[in-house]
Amino acid sequence: MYRDRYAVVLVHGTSHAIRAEHLLDRAGIACKLIPVPRHLSSNCGVCVRIDRDQVDAARRVLQEGRLEIEGVHDL
Amino acid sequence: MIYFDNAATSWPKPPGVAEAMVHYLDHVGANPGRSGHRLSVEAGRIVYGAREAVASLFHAPDPLRVVLTANVTEALNLALLGLLRPGDHVVTSSMEHNSVMRPLRALEQRGVALTVVPCTHQGMLDPADVEAAIRPDTRMIALNHASNVVGTLLPVREVGHIARGHGLWLLVDAAQTAGAYPIDVQVDRIDLLAFTGHKSLYGPMGTGGLVIGERVDVAMMEPLKRGGTGSNSEHEAQPTFLPDLCESGTPNAVGLAGLGAGLQWLQERGIDAVRAHEAALTQQLIEGLRAIPGVTVYGPLDAGQQVATVSFTVEGLETSQIGLILDEEHGIMCRVGLHCAPAAHKTIGTFPNGTVRFGLGAINTAEEVSAALAAVRAVVQEG
Repeated sequence: MYRDRYAVVLVHGTSHAIRAEHLLDRAGIACKLIPVPRHLSSNCGVCVRIDRDQVDAARRVLQEGRLEIEGVHDL
Repeated sequence: MIYFDNAATSWPKPPGVAEAMVHYLDHVGANPGRSGHRLSVEAGRIVYGAREAVASLFHAPDPLRVVLTANVTEALNLALLGLLRPGDHVVTSSMEHNSVMRPLRALEQRGVALTVVPCTHQGMLDPADVEAAIRPDTRMIALNHASNVVGTLLPVREVGHIARGHGLWLLVDAAQTAGAYPIDVQVDRIDLLAFTGHKSLYGPMGTGGLVIGERVDVAMMEPLKRGGTGSNSEHEAQPTFLPDLCESGTPNAVGLAGLGAGLQWLQERGIDAVRAHEAALTQQLIEGLRAIPGVTVYGPLDAGQQVATVSFTVEGLETSQIGLILDEEHGIMCRVGLHCAPAAHKTIGTFPNGTVRFGLGAINTAEEVSAALAAVRAVVQEG
């Protein structure tokens, strides 16, 4: 269940992740900041977890906010 | 007690500032952006909140291009040392604080050419003189927005237009204006805006930053320091993106919590209301001082052309003596001397003795100005 539900958006750093959270909140897209999964990156900060079916909407919102996305991965 | 040293640091702070800082220390506490747990994320949100409030105040479109620093001096050093290279030419004014002058003089030793455009005795700058100083190798114009000695506002918007026309960066030292005078980095065409948190933004000391516009290619920017950022940890090279490129080491998150509260207070009060209040006090102070025989007031003598910083001297009395009497006998806190701005004092004709400076703030009142004027009158009469 958990495994099939989420995707994570990787961004450059924590400031970026918090900006992403802010932009997604404002757009009504549920998200949570979680530590970056080790198998995806050795970044020691956080990334943005969203529902998998929100990936396209989230991409749009972040691009409109001119936030660079490092990658989107299923969790 | 009357506190008239707001040009050095504003005090007292709005009540929410200390509360936000205590809340941070007691209930958040963690290192922002270093760990993924909830307290670290909450700390990161508080830092981001200050970053976004700054961006919003100055109409900067991207909060991530606000680099947070310890103060405006660090921000100015970052802009100047980070972008100018040997062979570049930079134009500045004769009203600058040493936080601009000293890095520029050091850069001069390393092969950066410098033109200091003279201002009038009132501290005014003619934009045409700035344009005339531009050469083929000019890269940047660096200007204070308002003098820390006499409060004179420089024509930043007009110079911004000139800078844009010549493809130059405009760096503005907003130490005396950020929070006290409206700033729109887009309309004013400011590429680099250096600000401090502890003056008219009503935050604590140890906060400030540099707003970096889109015309500045970050790839050309050399950070002042390198180190841990909580990002790109697999690499030993510094991240190349903002703000991490220029923000190494644990930030002053507790200070930024306070800055966020100061900005919120300012936003609620409204920058136009603050400006109007300070302008009224400034005019009252200028007129009151000018009416006292033996007192000379410097600057434009017009609140519409300056911020709430007023400098004066008294015939036959040393500025240090005036400052001491005002403090000891009248409970008035001000700053006397050269105000870290020898160039500005040379320009207005008060070097090396300096002036007595009253730096008013949003929290000061007309009654305090009246009391201070009575005190100056007494000092003059007692000689």
